[in-house]
Amino acid sequence: MPRRNDIQKILVIGSGPIVIGQSAEFDYSGTQACKALKQEGYEVVLVNSNPATIMTDPELADRTYIEPLTREYVEEIIRIEAEMLGASHGKFALLPTVGGQTALNLAVDLSDAGILDRYGVELIGAKLEAIKKAEDRLLFKDAMLRIGLEVSKSALVNNLRDGLDFAGKIGFPVLIRPSFTLGGSGGGIAYNREELMEILARGLDLSPVHECLIEESVLGWKEYELEVMRDLADNVIIICSIENFDPMGVHTGDSITVAPAQTLTDREYQRMRDAAIAVMREIGVETGGSNVQFAVNPANGRMTVIEMNPRVSRSSALASKATGFPIAKIAAKLAVGYTLDEIPNDITRKTPACFEPTIDYVVTKIPKWQFEKFPGADDTLGPQMKSVGEVMAIGRTFKESLMKAWRALETGKKTGAEVLERRRLTQMLVTPKPERLGYIRFAFELGMSVREVARLTGMDPWFLHQIREITLEQQKIAKTAPAALTSEAMRRLKRMGLSDERIATEWKLQGHEGVKQVRELREGLDVKPVFKLVDTCAAEFESMTPYLYSTYDEEDEAPATDKKKIIILGSGPNRIGQGIEFDYCCCHAAFALKDDGYETIMVNCNPETVSTDYDTSDRLYFEPLVLEDVLAVYQHEAQGVAESGAKIGMIVQFGGQTPLNLSGRLKAAGVPIIGTQPESIDLAEDRKRFGKLLEELVIPQPAGGTATSVDEALAIGERIGYPVLVRPSYVLGGRAMVIAYDAEAVAKYMREAVEYSQERPVLVDHFLESAVEVDVDALCDSKDVIIAGIMQHIEEAGIHSGDSSCVLPAVSIREETLETIRRYTRKLALALKVVGLVNLQFAIQRDGEGKDHVYVIEVNPRASRTVPYVSKATGVPLAKVAARLMTGRTLRELLPEELASGKDLGIGDYYYVKSPVFPWSKFAGVDTVLGPEMKSTGEVMGVASSFGEAFAKAQLAAGQVLPTSGTVFFSVNDHDKAAAVELARRYVELGFKIVATEGTAAVLKAGLGFDVDTVFKVKEGRPNVVDLIKGERIQLVINTPRGQDTFFDEKAIRRAAVLARIPTITTIAAAQAAAEGIAAIQRKQTTAYALQNLHEERVVVRG
Amino acid sequence: MQAILALEDGRIFKGQGYGHPGECSGEVVFNTSLTGYQEIATDPSYAGQIVVLTNPQIGNYGTNQADNEAAKPFIEGLIVREFSAVSSNWRSEQVTDEYMERFQVPVLAEIDTRALVRHLRTHGVMRGVISTQTTDADALVKKARAIRKMDGTDLAKVVSTKAVYHFDEGDPRYQAGDPLLSKAVDGPKLHVVAYDFGIKQNILRMLGREGCKVTVVPAETSAEDVLGMKPDGVFLSNGPGDPEPVEYAVKAIRGMMGKVPVFGICLGHQLCGLALGGRTYKLKFGHHGGNHPVKNNATGKVEITAHNHNFAVDPESINANEVELTHVDLNDNTLEGLRHKSLPLFSVQYHPEAAPGPHDSHYLFRDFRKMMEEWKG
Repeated sequence: MPRRNDIQKILVIGSGPIVIGQSAEFDYSGTQACKALKQEGYEVVLVNSNPATIMTDPELADRTYIEPLTREYVEEIIRIEAEMLGASHGKFALLPTVGGQTALNLAVDLSDAGILDRYGVELIGAKLEAIKKAEDRLLFKDAMLRIGLEVSKSALVNNLRDGLDFAGKIGFPVLIRPSFTLGGSGGGIAYNREELMEILARGLDLSPVHECLIEESVLGWKEYELEVMRDLADNVIIICSIENFDPMGVHTGDSITVAPAQTLTDREYQRMRDAAIAVMREIGVETGGSNVQFAVNPANGRMTVIEMNPRVSRSSALASKATGFPIAKIAAKLAVGYTLDEIPNDITRKTPACFEPTIDYVVTKIPKWQFEKFPGADDTLGPQMKSVGEVMAIGRTFKESLMKAWRALETGKKTGAEVLERRRLTQMLVTPKPERLGYIRFAFELGMSVREVARLTGMDPWFLHQIREITLEQQKIAKTAPAALTSEAMRRLKRMGLSDERIATEWKLQGHEGVKQVRELREGLDVKPVFKLVDTCAAEFESMTPYLYSTYDEEDEAPATDKKKIIILGSGPNRIGQGIEFDYCCCHAAFALKDDGYETIMVNCNPETVSTDYDTSDRLYFEPLVLEDVLAVYQHEAQGVAESGAKIGMIVQFGGQTPLNLSGRLKAAGVPIIGTQPESIDLAEDRKRFGKLLEELVIPQPAGGTATSVDEALAIGERIGYPVLVRPSYVLGGRAMVIAYDAEAVAKYMREAVEYSQERPVLVDHFLESAVEVDVDALCDSKDVIIAGIMQHIEEAGIHSGDSSCVLPAVSIREETLETIRRYTRKLALALKVVGLVNLQFAIQRDGEGKDHVYVIEVNPRASRTVPYVSKATGVPLAKVAARLMTGRTLRELLPEELASGKDLGIGDYYYVKSPVFPWSKFAGVDTVLGPEMKSTGEVMGVASSFGEAFAKAQLAAGQVLPTSGTVFFSVNDHDKAAAVELARRYVELGFKIVATEGTAAVLKAGLGFDVDTVFKVKEGRPNVVDLIKGERIQLVINTPRGQDTFFDEKAIRRAAVLARIPTITTIAAAQAAAEGIAAIQRKQTTAYALQNLHEERVVVRG
Repeated sequence: MQAILALEDGRIFKGQGYGHPGECSGEVVFNTSLTGYQEIATDPSYAGQIVVLTNPQIGNYGTNQADNEAAKPFIEGLIVREFSAVSSNWRSEQVTDEYMERFQVPVLAEIDTRALVRHLRTHGVMRGVISTQTTDADALVKKARAIRKMDGTDLAKVVSTKAVYHFDEGDPRYQAGDPLLSKAVDGPKLHVVAYDFGIKQNILRMLGREGCKVTVVPAETSAEDVLGMKPDGVFLSNGPGDPEPVEYAVKAIRGMMGKVPVFGICLGHQLCGLALGGRTYKLKFGHHGGNHPVKNNATGKVEITAHNHNFAVDPESINANEVELTHVDLNDNTLEGLRHKSLPLFSVQYHPEAAPGPHDSHYLFRDFRKMMEEWKG
């Protein structure tokens, strides 16, 4: 069947902010879908609240709405778009299957509310009945039984008693899965009645329909997933089989997974394939990709269906990267009527997409967890996903791919330096935790048998045997002196996947120098990796797409070209502080430089991303971002230009801290780094030298120093005065950064919190209380500087910039202060010889005389987290411009008018607010207080013609609903008291009641002329403010901080507020914005803006 | 144990030997199936061939009696990237390495199988020798060149059963009750005579599950003898080698056409093509795998199918007035199935019995049953 010509316009719904369970994979799938639909000539409309995505780039859709993913806003967009469509006669369709669970739920919601019918919008990709049948556990179970497939015994319950009764019948342990939640949120395993009561209560609360499934436990069974595609002609194909290394019981997003399945006989695999196809047909997914999960009893092969997702998923992104088969792209084409045999396979070009990929390598995915960021969180892995990202690696064998994936994780710990405790061995093998893989190796080092480890972990002995072989090989290394190692022996080690670093560790060769020695030894023995292609067909047909991986094998089949080329290093696994924003920048660099005639080469190991789509760059190397692997790519590519003499360069400033940490060593190894040089990056990080530079430039910074011992740190604290901000050097996302109010806290930090060394001291800075913080992104070509945006934080000082909402333009900073910030920015960018992007953070402190003092907090000569947000607000693709600057082009050439004007990049008449999104619901019991260590996983943007409305939209998009009535709690510092009166008046006008702490109440009373209720501070007595929050007697908290005195009050208030889902506002600027936002909501004002219209007339960017 | 592969064009691969220590020779072909190495090894169609598997991890789930497609492996040798020293599966009865040793199949591992596959893809299938006994590559290349070529060789009668035997649901090889196999149909029993040119056991199981009692006959059995057995239908099996020299079978098919329903698979299909006056030709590197898209021209639907053929019927050579071309491979447009327009005869080039491979084409056995029922009236 050919393309549907009756459809004219298609709305694609994205997945919103990055949260645990929904990450960059939906940017990848959404981007692919938008591209495919546009190519087909449809008018594509996109809505997504997440500005850090490639899919929200204005080129990818005809109209792009960065708006909250709520029924109201999407209805407004549908209304606008249906109206525009009005005159013509084409149909309006909605594709809900590429935006994760968020898009699917929203589509169901829109449909149930009659909105789709009202505007004549047709769901394509998955029909409503199919979605409901797949998502509703009872309907799903019935469907499976109808087609003769087994499912675990289960029952849906909506109260505790029914749950307990059913568990009594089937016996413990039981699984609890709340209905309609993301990434298994709120699920768990209960081994007894108490646990069941606790988990079930939470699950019922989290489920939007107040319902949970209690299920027979298949703990320890083997877990598999099949990625299935179906077209309107009922052709069904399996794209990939995935086998979980972790047995049932651990969410598949938290499991190490391997493709293809390794331990199934053909008979078992084909039965599973038949079942997956039957599921697809029975559920009624007419077109597109789905994922079906199975459990298999290793003792007798009994197979049960666990679940199916009638949409593209994290696993389908993985399967796409693992096979080279672009599931989302094909799914989009199937949704508009094509059949699989009508679509060509991109990679072979000669054969159709209607086939089943076969692969001649092994793919391993390992999740990336960040429990270190959430002290107190339970790091046991279970049915609720807790990882924030993942890495994938390709090797010719499981051993090679596992070891590549392992080193790609960037745990920050030195190889071989994990703390493994013998006494905890059994427990750590039995209980799934992030360190389990390390403990498995440890068990083999200690001589434990495969049988024993398999018994304890429930893992398949085949996988364990592979790890044992690696371990034994590794243990042998130290027995041979480096000089005595033969070429064959070295090759054997490398074929096992052992990194240069692991080999160095075995030989006790220290640090970077040791790794270098091993590398040189290895190269001297002529043991070097070759590169092979991912081609969907195991070499049966010629492949046209250079999607490459390294392996220690014989033949290199992907010789480099002799063209001028740029290698872009990606950002590795998604994590807090280094997320999709950096992938966005890397993709943009590839797009821009491709346009400029360079061959673009991407290196990355994150399967979720757009950067690892083979369509993004000219050549894709799916490799760990560690020195060994990156250097191998460089050497391979450099061979190509050795004769032609064509230019080759590497970009390290777009992938966040990961490539920056390699930059010095890459340069030392002879790699031409383009853009800002590693020396400048070092200078900005080196406390002493940077301090000297600031002195020379006469730019103030908070007093501080560096410490490599407890005493040194305390001495600095004494000298500069408390509170102090302490943090390790060279980190991203404020890792292990804290504000210490006294010497005791500093001493504790130095003793317990961080590792430091002469090379990497701890930084101790005076903390500027009650300051306003700003972020600046700027472009520089070493001669000229353009300020892209000055973002005012609308959270109190001391909260990590990534966790703070911020606004463009700055709303309450004096023009002369902004001018100071601009002056400092220019001076610093030029002094650091920045070529590309630079991000600076400033704090503005107002003194007793009302004079502003601007301090530099930090300078990062690289692309920042805010680049996509600022790009979307200004309409100028900053990363593209920056990439071009790195190749020697100039601002004069690229942005002549903006440069000549001397102004910041314009944003028109609108306000753009960025707000963070937090993973609290995944980590029960974790402290929700914000501080200098970043905790948010993603962000959203709100745009409107007033600051208030933009703020309200951003809050809404982040899942934080501002109240429209009720009581506002006020507690402000002296500095803010004058402004608080006006603010309180505004809230009263809006119909709110006010309660305040005693001091604030007195000021408000004097100012307003009438009484406000007072409430105790936490330490003053009861009922205090926290009691009121818990009793739902407060709907909004406005609490501006006053330093140490109220530090504990603030923490307690915030904890209670997060739990009760009440917004907490910590600055006057934000409180004013919230008031205006509330006013907008009260007016029932729902405005939606397409990016293309916002920037239409204003922005001219030169390519 | 060191082992070496020498190809007739002089290309050498050095690796590790497993299984049977010694030497083997044959035509080197590659198979892209991800699962089913045991079924592949025991498929008689591979007689005279050394098989390279593109899946790099082989041996993981061991071997078992049930997955044998014949009493023993028919491949001459096996080439893999990594050969598992252990087996892990509840069905496994013997570690793959021991199994190969027991049946004297040499295994070459730890070579760059992808490089070998690319070589075969570019230069076509070629003869080769695996040896664990010598490192004299030149001598092995000479040996490879001396191997008798597959073209023009009748291997069907070599691998065929020497005596007639019967197969029905009482046969242990029927594997009654295995939940991994498809369910049997109810209904009156039909009698099928199956020509064994190298028949796979799953074909017998599939026929059995369609309610057929099967009489398996040697390749050289005449049409008269078969018709004398009063079959409801005749099945022509898969098998190794070039179809052209198998003239006795072509003659037999001509003798049966129109007198009894005929269903052919693989070599059986090629023989039907020849019997209908067509030509066969050799493919550059053949089709061997479990992921080939085949379009059913009648329904327009695509089946994912298991393939194992080096030869194919030239569609140009078939009389379109008499014969309908029913199936085509979407990868390279090879003819994959045909059906006589007026006589009860159809055949497919691929393997609807799979084993290993997808079950999308199981319906063809049902079609055969229907054809027999209709013929019977």
